[in-house]
Amino acid sequence: MKPAPFAYRRPTTLDEATRLLTEAPGAKVLAGGQSLVPLLSMRLAAPDTLVDINHLPDLGHVSVDATGVRVGALARHAEVLTSVAARRSQPLLALALANVAHATIRNRGTTVGSIVHADAAAEMPMVLTLLDGSVDVVSTRGRRTIAAADLFAGPLESTLAHDEIAVEAFFPALPEHGGVAFEEVARRHGDYALVGVAARVLLEGDTVTSARLGFVSVSDVPVVVDVTDALDDPAAAALPHLEPADDIHASADYRTQLIRVLSPRVLERAIAMAQGRNHV
Amino acid sequence: MTTKMFGTGVARVEDQRFLRGHGTYADDLLVDDPRLLHAAVLRSPHAHARILDINVDDVLEVDGVVAVWTYDDLTDAMAEPLPLLIPHPTLTHGRTQYALAKDEVNYVGEAIAFVVATDRYVAEDALDRIRVSYETLPAVVGIDAARKAERLVHDDVPGNVAARMEQNTGDVEAALARSPHRLSLDWDIERSACMPMEGRGVVGRWDPDTSRLTVWSSTQTSTGVRGCISAKLGLDLAAVDVITPDVGGGFGVKINHPWPEELLVPLAAKTLGVPVKFTEDRREHFISSAHERAQQHHVEVGFDDDGRIIGLDVRFWHDNGAYIPYGLIVPIVASTQLLGPYKPEVYRVVFDSLYTNTVIVTPYRGAGRPQGCFVMERTIDAIAKALGKDRVEVRRANFIQPDEFPYDQGLIFQDGRELEYDSGNYPALLDKLLTLIDWDGFPAYQAEMAAQGRRVGIGLACYVEGTGAGPYEGAHVHIETSGKVKVATGLTTQGQGHQTSFAQIVADTLGVRFEDVEITTGDTRKMPYAVGTFASRAAVMSGSAIHLAALRAKEKALRIAAEALEVDEADLEIADGVVGVKGTDAQIDLGTVAVLSNPLRYAFDEASKRATQFSVGDPGKPPVAEDDEPGLEGKDFYSPSRSTFASGMHAAILETDPDTAEITILKYAVVHDCGNVINPMIVEGQIHGGVAQGIGGALYERMAYDDSGQLLNASYMDFLMPFVTEIPDSIAIDHQETPSPLNPLGIKGAGEAGVIPVSAVFAAAIEDAERIPITAMPISPSELFELRRHHNS
Repeated sequence: MKPAPFAYRRPTTLDEATRLLTEAPGAKVLAGGQSLVPLLSMRLAAPDTLVDINHLPDLGHVSVDATGVRVGALARHAEVLTSVAARRSQPLLALALANVAHATIRNRGTTVGSIVHADAAAEMPMVLTLLDGSVDVVSTRGRRTIAAADLFAGPLESTLAHDEIAVEAFFPALPEHGGVAFEEVARRHGDYALVGVAARVLLEGDTVTSARLGFVSVSDVPVVVDVTDALDDPAAAALPHLEPADDIHASADYRTQLIRVLSPRVLERAIAMAQGRNHV
Repeated sequence: MTTKMFGTGVARVEDQRFLRGHGTYADDLLVDDPRLLHAAVLRSPHAHARILDINVDDVLEVDGVVAVWTYDDLTDAMAEPLPLLIPHPTLTHGRTQYALAKDEVNYVGEAIAFVVATDRYVAEDALDRIRVSYETLPAVVGIDAARKAERLVHDDVPGNVAARMEQNTGDVEAALARSPHRLSLDWDIERSACMPMEGRGVVGRWDPDTSRLTVWSSTQTSTGVRGCISAKLGLDLAAVDVITPDVGGGFGVKINHPWPEELLVPLAAKTLGVPVKFTEDRREHFISSAHERAQQHHVEVGFDDDGRIIGLDVRFWHDNGAYIPYGLIVPIVASTQLLGPYKPEVYRVVFDSLYTNTVIVTPYRGAGRPQGCFVMERTIDAIAKALGKDRVEVRRANFIQPDEFPYDQGLIFQDGRELEYDSGNYPALLDKLLTLIDWDGFPAYQAEMAAQGRRVGIGLACYVEGTGAGPYEGAHVHIETSGKVKVATGLTTQGQGHQTSFAQIVADTLGVRFEDVEITTGDTRKMPYAVGTFASRAAVMSGSAIHLAALRAKEKALRIAAEALEVDEADLEIADGVVGVKGTDAQIDLGTVAVLSNPLRYAFDEASKRATQFSVGDPGKPPVAEDDEPGLEGKDFYSPSRSTFASGMHAAILETDPDTAEITILKYAVVHDCGNVINPMIVEGQIHGGVAQGIGGALYERMAYDDSGQLLNASYMDFLMPFVTEIPDSIAIDHQETPSPLNPLGIKGAGEAGVIPVSAVFAAAIEDAERIPITAMPISPSELFELRRHHNS
């Protein structure tokens, strides 16, 4: 469990970092390393170069304005989780992040890194998708914004080009009459979810004008299903879009059961939050 | 006056070192030695294959690679199979692997080649350059496949049967025939493994100037490893020292020896003349150390109207993996300790130990008892259910009574001695448990919860554990002229807190300050005669030996002090390291006694002046009497006639989620009887750890082999060892102390106990909550969900 040989680069400017990526087509970006380093040690990945971005300036921010929360590429999960401003702007961030692994991993792992790692069993790619967020990426060719809906191409595959660095994720604020909720079932605290479900709803008065569910661990890429017209049985509406599968931890049928149990639960909770905010 | 240390919850003195990161494990050794080389092992990717060719031509081209070994490079004893450590007459088809595979591999992970390089990274790069041609063979995975024997693991082992063993206490067929009630039951336990945080580790250093080999191994038996290295490498025993550094957990897996690396590292160090280190990584530990647990049992039981068992007939199949280096210990323990605290009129057990193309099976904490306990306790629950009786009452009806000890079960135990229980009080222990868990209050609680739509269940299980197996352990106690006491015992320490508990014994026996006692374990230079730390034996065996050795040192101290003080020995007492004359101020400290014990020609400090030739001794006599030795020392060995039997009972209240089938532990209670307790804090720590490991085995851990013999969950991401978040915040514990008559301190072992009944308890509690028979463990929420569907359809 020792990595194959690789070159290690530690740029101190973003320009230098993007240039290094352009020059080394086999390079990988190292941020928190919580997914990449185990892959290297198991020799499941053997990039010829690691570009360590931990010494780049100005990427550690968790900044909040009226539109939402901007998370820099070097902001650790723990920093996003504990940001009171971020939690006020978009409560789903903290609700989901509390389920991301364990404290020691959250202290090191980055939210942006987790998103572009594009694991559909991870919470934050789904959260970004459910919230219609986006990621800003930079290369020697310039900067562009990728909407969450266009970000995930397949299992562990994002639409970033090999020379692009994700520098920031944007999570839109929760509208005044909106509510969110999240729940997952995992074998142990901090494990990948067997199934996780998040809900985001919008209300006008007491009427639900929008209800969407996002799912973890039951698809190849994060899946969001609009259940506005299926409030009575959101799971039934969602199931055709999901592919719960057997693995060594749970049967596909059990995962289906969890979808059935968790979907109405989080939906109800999100509506309750929206109603509570309505009445403030 | 010295306070009595035995029985006191003294804080573990070793924890300062461990918690501050100052422990020294095998991988920490020789890190500053620039010559140190590192080893890596090429392991079989196939569960069953013939090796057609191994090509290492490209390996030495890798910059930094120093040497590579395959089977063809091994000679003499090293080219023979590894030892079968514990032969048994019924083990008719014992097979062990070679240090490096010869012609065939029989499990994924079997060692094929050994590379030594300047660092482990380079060594692993080199492994990628070794080209092995295989002819793959069909794999035998799991007990069903092994029993069917449509394919064989070893061509010359018919039916995949390594051993078939039977023991009985009478005519079980007749007993079953005369029973008013009968049940036919099947029980199943899956594979798991010890998973110590530190894997295996070996460091070898050859000194060419003295032709001596020093080996450090993360082992549970330094003397065993030493003997194997000496035999396999053809070295005089006196030329080999084996030292056990700090060990990050053993739990059984490190009692098996020699691991291939425990021989290959010394071989490489000797051949190359430089120190060599092997540190097992986690994936290697999963696929090339040892597993345990997997057994299938079929039970025929006959009983009377009170649930008293008249005939118990158990047939079981034990998965021993690809080879059987540790013999039949696990199935023998399972087959004998299955009986627990009960006395069926007639018992018969027959087991097959079966080969499969999976990692070898050697003892893991509990060593067959969790399986036996699961089978017996679930059988008793089934009897209670069949009769409509309380589970507690059926247990009471079958208990061995306090006035029946010593109680001979009529079987032969794992140590080759009679399975004779020395002491115990099971009815009283059960009373304590029922109080602790509030058994009588549970039905009302269950009804109350049911009214809220919640499902809760209660379960209990009892066990008896043979601890402190022989043959012996020894100890050497040396009182220095400073008054400090240096104690050596040969068995090893892998987290038990021996520095604390053994020092408590010495402090009391000798009358010295606890902090003046230093304990050395697992160093063959200090104590070359020893067995090892397993089978809950360290406190019983070395604890007793240390006590006996300390008594000898004390005897001598009193004799010398009596002479010096010109009083009768009977008038002396020792406290806080000072020998005093009772009722007077006259005294002499033990350090001075030590000075006087060793007549000197040369004075090297103030103290030693008092021992030189013009200061002491009767000029008419030899300075050291004919039947005496210089120095203030005591040495003794403890060798019991048989094991001593501890006992315990656990109960738990669980909740199952009607929707998600998640299982939550609401309350866990343990009553435990390990005889006289040396240190209650350490015993409770052992119970906590054991229960945690039991929870892992009951609800989380399994070895997920696919049909081709690949282990699918060979990482801590997919092998679900519970985190602290999965373990209850508190475990209610009560002790009962029924001293053992077999050893001078009246103690019994406590190390394994906590893990034994957990699966039985949880299965019973889940069954109680769900009203669905639970016949196999472990169980996951997904499996409980599927059981519900199956049961309701």
